[in-house]
Amino acid sequence: MTGKPQDKTEPAAPPAISNEPRATLGAQIVIDALEQEGTEVAFGFPGGAIIDVFDMLNRSEKIRFVLVRHEQGAMHMAEGYARSTGKVGVVLVTSGPGATNTVTGLADAYMDSIPLVVISGQVATPLIGNDAFQEADVVGITRPVTKHNYLVKNVRELPQILRNAFHIARTGRPGPVVVDIPKDIQKATLEHGVYPDEPLLPGYHVRTSAPIEKVKQAWDLIKRSKRPLIYAGGGVINADAADELFQFATRANIPVTTTLMGLGAFPETHPLSLLMLGMHGTVYANKAVQTCDVLIAIGSRFDDRVTGKISEFAPNAKIIHADIDPSSISKNVEVDVDLVGDAKNILRDLNKLADRCDTDEWVELITQWKNQYPLRYNHCGDEEIKPQYLIEQVCRLAPDDAIIASEVGQHQMWTAQYYTFTRPRCWLTSGGLGTMGYGFPAAIGAQVAHPGRLVIDIAGDGSIQMNIQEMATAVYNNLPVKVVIVNNGWLGMVRQWQDLFYQKNYSATELVRPRPAKDPSSYGSWEGQDYRPNFAELARAYGAWGKRVTKRSELEPALKEAFSNDQLCLIDVWVTREENVYPMVPAGASLNQMLEGMA
Amino acid sequence: MATNANNGNQEFIRHIFFVLVENRSGVLARVAGLFSARGYNIESLSVAETENPQVSRMTIVVPGDRNIMSQVRKQLSKLVDTLEVHDFSVEDRDIVDREMILVKVSADDGTKRTQILQIANVYRAKIVNLSEQSMIVEATGNQGKIHALLQCLEPYGILEVARSGRVAMARGISEKT
Repeated sequence: MTGKPQDKTEPAAPPAISNEPRATLGAQIVIDALEQEGTEVAFGFPGGAIIDVFDMLNRSEKIRFVLVRHEQGAMHMAEGYARSTGKVGVVLVTSGPGATNTVTGLADAYMDSIPLVVISGQVATPLIGNDAFQEADVVGITRPVTKHNYLVKNVRELPQILRNAFHIARTGRPGPVVVDIPKDIQKATLEHGVYPDEPLLPGYHVRTSAPIEKVKQAWDLIKRSKRPLIYAGGGVINADAADELFQFATRANIPVTTTLMGLGAFPETHPLSLLMLGMHGTVYANKAVQTCDVLIAIGSRFDDRVTGKISEFAPNAKIIHADIDPSSISKNVEVDVDLVGDAKNILRDLNKLADRCDTDEWVELITQWKNQYPLRYNHCGDEEIKPQYLIEQVCRLAPDDAIIASEVGQHQMWTAQYYTFTRPRCWLTSGGLGTMGYGFPAAIGAQVAHPGRLVIDIAGDGSIQMNIQEMATAVYNNLPVKVVIVNNGWLGMVRQWQDLFYQKNYSATELVRPRPAKDPSSYGSWEGQDYRPNFAELARAYGAWGKRVTKRSELEPALKEAFSNDQLCLIDVWVTREENVYPMVPAGASLNQMLEGMA
Repeated sequence: MATNANNGNQEFIRHIFFVLVENRSGVLARVAGLFSARGYNIESLSVAETENPQVSRMTIVVPGDRNIMSQVRKQLSKLVDTLEVHDFSVEDRDIVDREMILVKVSADDGTKRTQILQIANVYRAKIVNLSEQSMIVEATGNQGKIHALLQCLEPYGILEVARSGRVAMARGISEKT
């Protein structure tokens, strides 16, 4: 093999773009398809095998392109865009490393049911399988982390495949779809190509409504129960069913707890809200699960972080499970009534039957638990900043329609606990995969979609460094995201597990200069520490606004200044170093066994 | 009462799945990936085009418990390329199932050859190749017959076995369940 460039043909002369439906280049078909599908923004990064598509991209007047600094950033931006709008997120990348860098984002979107279409360039068809430059088996690599994927083998298939890809991504349980397009297909000409109106998918069926007998059966069970509980997940948000859920819960007088992905599906200011359940859920939400006699799961999937030890989960309850994905039903927990369909339709059908249930005693009992076991933390010192306090202040100072993103770890759980979510599509987090580095690009994607709204990424000092290069993307695209770093100098969630379950053996979790292991008394202090990088200076190096906050009295002015600023802002807040997230159900334990932590 | 879907019902069973899929590259990998990603086993798998060249038929024999069968059915149905999924217990009398087998048996003298030929006749098998040292027996049948034939041939020295994997079909007009 010689090192010849893979493509020796001369760049094609710029084609005359016309409305005539013939003699269209493959690359142009891609752009036309994006426009037909209503794509307003695409995220990505160019390269040799996708250059033809990019050659057409900047001629489009409808598509705004956001050039990222790493393809993983593009993926999470598209996820943040999709989650905050309900539209399909679009990513364009090149072959080989461009495509493999999307894998984490694909897995993330697949776990959290986020609609994406990722278009990747591929080496020319005759080179496939030859270990060509920047070649990777992209359909092979991405098959387990996509809802579906395509390798386009003929330009004649291209329009239908793109139409199918968007349909699959946005319907049913949403998810990511990859379309891998070899370079020669992008350069090929299609005669009489017309973008199809309909997908062609004989084997793909989405059940939109549950059978009405099943809905009646579910309602009868609820009506006869004394202690019903709604457990709502991200499916309620994906289905835009928050209004229907509110109507159902308030009409029938049933308390609601939400999953991490479901935060915002029901207003946490409402008396019927029990906030989040599960490993770091509230004591009262978990007590309610363990006490309820009917559990109504809507758009949630009985994840192990929600159920704890499954054989002891909701021991007294009949289970009703509404989900659009039939394979979620009875996967982890045996279900008594299954409602397969779109959450919005199912809740609408339930609302036709619903009236007030006899739940006053139950709601009263839960109210007692709320008073008895509130979320709580202790202040210590005048100027020390507790991470929970920081989240409360962000919540207090941000407007109701602020969009909050998080990374993954302790700060994510504190945000889930202490930020009061009242609206759907205002919370962007990596729930299923737990991807550090998700939040900042997701916030950028949401800011692209909502230029007038405040978008805040609540980050950890570990996570933020996983996609911090996207500061350049935010600065050059005038996206005034606010990054609040909950900085404790640790990979805090791993440290918490080491603290509680590994005899404080803090192996490889301290992010500031490690102290001698023989002197454990020096752990947990900021004294003598100087965090590298200096995040505020780093922000300024990128042309953004940056500030370090180490004292409680400095916090509010800094947050106010950042929130009213019209540029990218980063606030590095040094918080109490050794704070743990409580309550906590140890992994694999029953929800009854909560560690409550400090009083 | 909430019960773990993965506990209980752990009785070992075996199902035959007939799956009609779009006849395009990558579909077999998707089906195989569905099993490997979940640690499920495939006992046998056969794939070929159907009467409609755009459709392939897969016959998959899966060992496991009831929950595995239920997940396999749901996950197969979930694949975008899947057109139909049907499954039956291997003991179900509503299906006909057959496997083809080629057995190379050691046969280096006339007596052995005569005996093997007699055995083949009993099982309605054919001798499809004869050499100085060995014979190849071709047989078709259900699992019981194939198993019995192999047992009969065992004493002569089985040199090689190639099996097609089971194919199956529901009796009657339609196999829709």
